[in-house]
Amino acid sequence: MTSMKLIGLAFGASLALSTAAFAQDLTIAVAGPMTGGESAFGRQLRNGADMAVTDLNAAGGVLGKKLALDVEDDACDPKQARSVAEKIGSARIPFVVGHYCSSSSIPASEAYAENNVLQITPASTNPTFTERKLWNVARVCGRDDQQGQVAGNYIAKNFKGKNIAILNDKTTYGKGLADETKKALNKAGVTEKLYESYTKGDKDFNAIVSRLKAENIDLVYVGGYHQEAGLILRQMRDQGLKTILMAGDAMADKEYASITGPAAAGTLFTFGPDPRKKPTAAAIVEKFKVKNIDPEGYTLYTYAAVQVWSQAAAKAGTTDPKKVMDTIKAGSWDTVIGKLEYDSKGDIKQLDYVVYRWDDKGGYAEVNEKGS
Amino acid sequence: MDYFAQQLINGLVLGSIYGLIAIGYTMVYGIVGMINFAHGDIFMIGGFIALISFLVLVSFGLTAVPVILLIVLLVAMAITALYGWTVERIAYRPLRHSFRLAPMLSAIGMSFVLSNFSQVAQGARVKPVPPIITGGYTLHKGAGGFVVQLSNVQIVVVITTVVLLALFTWLVARTRLGRDMRACEQDQTMAALLGVDVDRTISMTFVIGAALAAVAGMMYLLYYGLVDFYMGFVAGIKAFTAAVLGGIGSLPGAMLGGLAIGLIETLWSAYFSVEYKDVAAFSILIVVLIFMPTGLLGRPEVEKV
Repeated sequence: MTSMKLIGLAFGASLALSTAAFAQDLTIAVAGPMTGGESAFGRQLRNGADMAVTDLNAAGGVLGKKLALDVEDDACDPKQARSVAEKIGSARIPFVVGHYCSSSSIPASEAYAENNVLQITPASTNPTFTERKLWNVARVCGRDDQQGQVAGNYIAKNFKGKNIAILNDKTTYGKGLADETKKALNKAGVTEKLYESYTKGDKDFNAIVSRLKAENIDLVYVGGYHQEAGLILRQMRDQGLKTILMAGDAMADKEYASITGPAAAGTLFTFGPDPRKKPTAAAIVEKFKVKNIDPEGYTLYTYAAVQVWSQAAAKAGTTDPKKVMDTIKAGSWDTVIGKLEYDSKGDIKQLDYVVYRWDDKGGYAEVNEKGS
Repeated sequence: MDYFAQQLINGLVLGSIYGLIAIGYTMVYGIVGMINFAHGDIFMIGGFIALISFLVLVSFGLTAVPVILLIVLLVAMAITALYGWTVERIAYRPLRHSFRLAPMLSAIGMSFVLSNFSQVAQGARVKPVPPIITGGYTLHKGAGGFVVQLSNVQIVVVITTVVLLALFTWLVARTRLGRDMRACEQDQTMAALLGVDVDRTISMTFVIGAALAAVAGMMYLLYYGLVDFYMGFVAGIKAFTAAVLGGIGSLPGAMLGGLAIGLIETLWSAYFSVEYKDVAAFSILIVVLIFMPTGLLGRPEVEKV
């Protein structure tokens, strides 16, 4: 039996190799965690990029050339991200959309800069990404200092006098976001009762959960990814805690609810205003629905990142990364998530984070600030 | 006090799972003298088989939870045992009389084969299941409003561990197979001369180890609610540490070591810092090994002449 499966494995591997043989005129890359704990988000990136490339090709491609998409897996691991970046650089690919984890995007961006690759991240929100004055980076999402501000203000306003705890997973993204939230919270006059960190990849959080219980925590803010946050929530409910969990943009995938079960109801998180509901996105969302894909989370952001690049390349009349980047920063771009304009660092000028709440049906919706 | 009791429960449950895996390491080491590095991945396979058989049963419309759990347990144990047997047959038996490091290297290779196999066959994403066993008991309500909670899953995990451990201790101490295993442990050549089928006994050791790993995999699935293809690595390292701490080769030692590691991790997180729980566990391992080189319950190795 085992040998049969081994043959199947070898066959599968050879299939994967053969797809690389279809070389087309112009290759762009999407990089993110296609395997591992964050692979749900890797799939969002891949779906968005796939659809964008298909649509661009249907409209005649970029600069008269058809696009091909190279999918690379960093497994949310900084070392693997760096080697993926070297690989993309040596293949002379002019543009990469990615990565997902900030701890991948940041080391990769240095390799991209050396190898003359333009990088737009659809999802990495850590401020450092654009703060290092690299010429080649931009993003279509917000930053954690904005996100932490929104989260901190929301907590200070809606959980006045309650006990707050902040946890982080020691990653670039998680710790960065937790610290920004803490900063905003402290500024608003609220001091957290507990600040702790755990290790990404842990499964047993019972010890932390009992600590939350001993401190009578009403709201726990988790700077981390959805798998660990889901497990923390599940173990809180098992130990009889009613504590509300709040986290960042890494909760924007339905997989969170499949980890927690019905306990997800009530979980809060911050994310951009739902891109699926924007009028600019209606037609694209329809196309995803036909393919039975829910373009949630960062799917449409990835689509928008490819749009920004392709429009800028068309305007600049070249795919030369430096010229395209100058064009991107000088112009304004109509994308599926709305009009985007850039500052000199590569951040978008539009600031928008809102608070979402998970419901008991495994979905999430924006919290209406004016009551109800 | 209430807080301590709650953390004690957390630690004991975690330790039970470590202990169940550790038994597989310790048994194989006791008999063949090799460290089966693929054991953590056998545990992962057990978790996946439990998940798959659970989903199959539910899709057949079965709803009685105890019945489902029993069938899942038996199916997972049987199929995982088959994996354990196959691994021994193709990766270790041909190398048994080769130089000492050969089977260990082939074990490391096997570990990669198994985890990559399930990555390809089952996908790279985590596989969650909704909570199957829900509810629990409030043991004590403290003055400050602190509630000591014991969930039903935790009860199931601990009871299953205790029952299986008892069953297994009986197997080794009282049955023909157990006697053969102890004979092979002492001296394989002599055992063979006296009519013990050494190959079969060693195979059975792997089968039993894998079946216990499957139980651990299923408990893991029930308790944490998800499995993934790389979970065997970390759990395997922890369980191996537990086996060494308890005295590798000793069955009660493996269980004791598992509980010790679970409790150290939990209590350290409870009273000091969560960040350094692994450091704490491994530091205590080092201290124990300095003062008791054979572990808590290990016997010093007698040089065979």
